[in-house]
Amino acid sequence: MENKKGRFGLYGGQYIPETLIPAVNEVEAAYEHYKNDPEFKKELHDLLTKYAGRPSLLYYAEKMTKDLGGAKVYLKREDLNHTGSHKINNVLGQVLLAKKMGKTRVIAETGAGQHGVATATAAALMDMECEIFMGKEDTDRQALNCYRMELLGAKVHPVTSGTMTLKDAVNETMREWASRMDDTLYVLGSVMGPHPFPMMVRDFQKIIGEEIKEQLQEAEGKLPDAVIACVGGGSNAMGAFYEFIPDTSVRLIGCEAAGLGIDNPKNAATIATGSVGIFHGMKSLFCQNEYGQIAPVYSISAGLDYPGIGPEHANLHETGRAEYVPITDIEAVEAFEYLSRTEGIIPAIESSHAVAYAKKLAPTMSKDQIIVVNISGRGDKDVAAIARYRGVEIFD
Amino acid sequence: MNRISKAFENQKAFIAFVTGGDPDLETTEELIPKMAEAGADLIEIGIPFSDPIAEGIVIQEADVRALKADTTTDKLFDMVARVRKKTDVALVFMTYVNPVYTYGIERFMKKCAEVGIDGVIIPDVPFEERDEVKGACEEAGIDLISMIAPTSKERIHMIAGEAKGFLYCVSSLGVTGVRSKITTDIGAMVEQVKQVSNIPCAIGFGIATPEQAQEMAGKADGAIVGSAIVKLVAKYGKDCVSPVCEYVHNMKEAVKSA
Repeated sequence: MENKKGRFGLYGGQYIPETLIPAVNEVEAAYEHYKNDPEFKKELHDLLTKYAGRPSLLYYAEKMTKDLGGAKVYLKREDLNHTGSHKINNVLGQVLLAKKMGKTRVIAETGAGQHGVATATAAALMDMECEIFMGKEDTDRQALNCYRMELLGAKVHPVTSGTMTLKDAVNETMREWASRMDDTLYVLGSVMGPHPFPMMVRDFQKIIGEEIKEQLQEAEGKLPDAVIACVGGGSNAMGAFYEFIPDTSVRLIGCEAAGLGIDNPKNAATIATGSVGIFHGMKSLFCQNEYGQIAPVYSISAGLDYPGIGPEHANLHETGRAEYVPITDIEAVEAFEYLSRTEGIIPAIESSHAVAYAKKLAPTMSKDQIIVVNISGRGDKDVAAIARYRGVEIFD
Repeated sequence: MNRISKAFENQKAFIAFVTGGDPDLETTEELIPKMAEAGADLIEIGIPFSDPIAEGIVIQEADVRALKADTTTDKLFDMVARVRKKTDVALVFMTYVNPVYTYGIERFMKKCAEVGIDGVIIPDVPFEERDEVKGACEEAGIDLISMIAPTSKERIHMIAGEAKGFLYCVSSLGVTGVRSKITTDIGAMVEQVKQVSNIPCAIGFGIATPEQAQEMAGKADGAIVGSAIVKLVAKYGKDCVSPVCEYVHNMKEAVKSA
């Protein structure tokens, strides 16, 4: 989908300061080399299968299907991966690449902490120094993940600039990278940022969709009718969608965080409420005001609390190949509780946005149709926050 | 000869940066002509941005103050139009690409020309993406200022070959902000530039003291100071004009003697 200079239609590019251009060029050259290197591919495959636990299950949610009374619902269980989310797929690829490049240190931003935990994990495994930048508001919301990262040997820097959430963590990680790139790779956590990250992260995540296709072929002998995933920056969605882009009968549906609703400024639904801009190294869609000031977005989910979206998603939206729908906090929380009780699976509050849309969509479809919902992560990290949302004070 | 070229004519230039609207627009409006009188040869006016990824904490905080004071791109244009009646000093905007893009790049550059802005510095538009803004700059007669960094190395020839106005030489890795020591071999960077172009080179990032300014200007055609000035604005607020001008005067003297 991308052409030269990392463009997806109008979107993408490399809008970063000159200081960092040689660093991203170095990453691009290394990635272009190693992605076809049989030894690199084997090492990554071994890590994914023997360490991360791939392939992840494709689970037929029979009770949910019966309850909703429409399309068959399958859940892609990325929550069962080591570290509890899809983030490990990308991180193992990038940290292995960093190792091949001779780097000794990795840095990363994190929102909910899933990408931070995954990066810290891969760094521990591959003997890399690791520093994680996380908005102060998120270190408070996700205290358990902070401690987890420290346990894994990473240093966590709470970011106190701006809105103290994910976008500010990205700003700070870029600043850090600009000051030290000789021995350091910025392991970007989503399909965003300057080229080559949107392409490279998608490539490391596309295994999700490839497995879905194969597993569903085995179970049902056909393609799904819809693939649903939550979208912040959009890496789990891009990973789930990519394999199906040429299969035009498959609806690709991204679920954005609408917070308190798209008519309320407290949302993070970029496609629903954003406009074209250039930020964090890419031309894409952003929540912003008329003067291009990036909006202080909001979602109950720290992982979706981001004012932009990856450039390939912006293009899939523009070309109409994928649809994007807003899901509010309350819809996500209800889906979180619903899947827990119905299937005994506690999904991440991020993934709950996708579950919420599946609940709406399945009843409108026929019983011979199939929906696959990407459960991008597990919800253990969210239990305390959801309890608080429901007025129960527990200590995590 | 345009105002930017004049700033470097027969002298080492002292370039001063101030965040537009910090602590408010009235103060910036008063500050600009007075800084010119005090010896600034070129003044960079920062258009505040919510997420300035190339800035250190000092200018980040200035952007927060300016945005809190309701500074907008339109209000800055109006302010510059008024300032232009009082001074002939070279003025450039320094900002990020998103405020320019959302304003409409052509509309932005036209407006710059109209109010008397001479150039723009957009750190997150590197050489590879310059086509995004280059045409509109040329059309409006606005110099698109290029940057080179300690990491640029073999890229310097390519960038310098197409540079307009002056070349912003980033002294150090990382973000803007005062540094006790600048370790990059600035002389070598400037030499590489001069192999392909006569464009004036000004050194920025990390310069705060007259000694540093003198040393850097000695190796190039000028010195740029931002964070050290913004710190004074932060300290004195609306009363910053006289301490800033005293500082600018001392820095210009140091640069002159380089």
